[in-house]
Amino acid sequence: MFTNVDTTLKPKLTKRPGGFLKELVTNRAMFLMLLPPFILVVINYYLPMFGIIIAFKEFNYQDGFLHSPWSGIKNFEFLFKSDAAWRITRNTIGYNLIFIVLNLFFAVTIALILNELKNKVAAKLYQSVIFLPYFLSWVVVAYLVLAILSPEGLYNKSIAPLLNLTAVDWYTQPQYWPFILPFVNLWKNIGYGIVIYLAGITGIDQEYYEAAVLDGASKLQQIRSITIPFLVPLMIVTTIMALGNIFRSDFGLFYQVPMQQGLLQDTTDVLDTYIYNALIYSGDLGMSSAAGFYQSIVGFFLVLFANWSVGKISAENKIF
Amino acid sequence: MKTKPSKSSFQSNSISHVSNAIFNAVFIIYCIVCLAPLLLVFMVSITSESSLVTNGYSFFPSEISFSTYKYLFMDSEKLFRAYGITIGACIIGTFFSVLLTMMYAYPISRKSFKYRNFFSFFMFFTMLFQGGLVPWYILYTKYLHLQNNPAVLVIPALLNAFNVLIMKTFFNTNLPDSILESARIDGASEFRIFYTIVVPLSTPAIATVGLFAMLAYWNDWYLCLLFINDAKYYNIQFSMYQALRSVEFLTSSHAVSIGSTSSELAKLPAETLRMAMAILGIGPIIFAYPFFQKYFIKGLTIGAVKG
Repeated sequence: MFTNVDTTLKPKLTKRPGGFLKELVTNRAMFLMLLPPFILVVINYYLPMFGIIIAFKEFNYQDGFLHSPWSGIKNFEFLFKSDAAWRITRNTIGYNLIFIVLNLFFAVTIALILNELKNKVAAKLYQSVIFLPYFLSWVVVAYLVLAILSPEGLYNKSIAPLLNLTAVDWYTQPQYWPFILPFVNLWKNIGYGIVIYLAGITGIDQEYYEAAVLDGASKLQQIRSITIPFLVPLMIVTTIMALGNIFRSDFGLFYQVPMQQGLLQDTTDVLDTYIYNALIYSGDLGMSSAAGFYQSIVGFFLVLFANWSVGKISAENKIF
Repeated sequence: MKTKPSKSSFQSNSISHVSNAIFNAVFIIYCIVCLAPLLLVFMVSITSESSLVTNGYSFFPSEISFSTYKYLFMDSEKLFRAYGITIGACIIGTFFSVLLTMMYAYPISRKSFKYRNFFSFFMFFTMLFQGGLVPWYILYTKYLHLQNNPAVLVIPALLNAFNVLIMKTFFNTNLPDSILESARIDGASEFRIFYTIVVPLSTPAIATVGLFAMLAYWNDWYLCLLFINDAKYYNIQFSMYQALRSVEFLTSSHAVSIGSTSSELAKLPAETLRMAMAILGIGPIIFAYPFFQKYFIKGLTIGAVKG
């Protein structure tokens, strides 16, 4: 996440009658320029926001958003009475927490070590290789995971026989996926975190280190008392913003990598996959729109709360 | 990048040779972990099917065969079509994405534009609150009638708050009002200023946002999954996804029409064929990676860290 969005974003709507019209004339070029992208934002983002009312409706395609009959909270009753509600909430939050901790720890550690390597060319090369998986699509990642875990895959045909382990049918055994998914997520996304923290480290003034060397500080002491303290604000902001997004999950990871195997549902179904499946496969608009509403609203308050907490810690890093 | 400290003064201030060696070893292993799966998929794609049946997936196939690639190119219509769709979406999408992002970011970066705060917030709010998949999906299918229309592979991803913010930050810090003001005094119109001054001065930000957009369009399978049922508009990633689910997707009727008999179809190398498909999908990005990754990193740091 970026953290330097300026604080001027707060809407200050001082409307004076006539003021807007006058502005429209003097700045007509600006308004003309804004118009096409503005319309796109309205269509792509704002219309669906109003569309969340369908969670309170018995939606049918003939009557559409406006004329479908209201159904009160019936959709929510169905959703929260099913076992799905607990499963998808638990999985979404649980995986996100694991991802946040693992990504933070490894991104910071790897960035710190990369920065200390003597051979800078090698360090650049390592960074490039580690960043590569970030550019692969989840479909490609699903192929790579399949090549390793399928019944004929690398594990079952090469690694297991070599190390005298028993073969495992990974795609039918849900208990392994809470380990596989965080690993895959880390493998794919760690490069991004490393870039962010390396940039943070390069931003630290060299004078601090020079002074520390004069005082006879060892490398480890410098990292502990200069580098890490300088990275802490960045770590806090990244983590809090990730916590704010804890109700949203990466659809590609949970949809593509477990290859939609029903047997794995217990440990791989999250809010986003549930909403998708309910919408496309079961055509259950009530359930999926209720789950979508639940995700949007809880997610919204979590983001607001996260931003408020960032403000408490370092006001300049507030996003809005 | 900060100025490098002179070597002599920092000779003592670096990690020991032993720990340097250990760290290098760890990184080499980690790099292997990053690259090995890609190599594995490639090796499987050139393994002969018989060797695959006896030995399973392996880095060291006992028998190498390029028959799967021959097969894919023989029946290449689908593949080239999918490439065409992806490349088309990439070019059109990237162009309009950059253009629209600039058109939104430029006014909201100008102090002379009174409503800049309102429009900034209007864009930014989309990061905080979203309507979610269901109303969005219904909007595009029922109201905009874009199901099975290739335009749907471009439109929904054209504009996002993240890119607008990168562009706006760039304009704020790199386009001083004084330059634009002098052009205005010379009588240039706002649009003329935009394309003769703003665009040429913004190449780093254009490159960054363009790269983000291009990568998003190249890697997209989600829009295809949601909105496209008609196989003639499948893009490359979605074709790979289809091949992953059922290899029959690749063994099309076309193969029959060019003379393969059903018995030949039956012994088609299913697993190796899949992996060959993956390699054809991955290939271009691997080749382009060394060229674009440094711009990508630069772009991430524009948007990510206080300069």
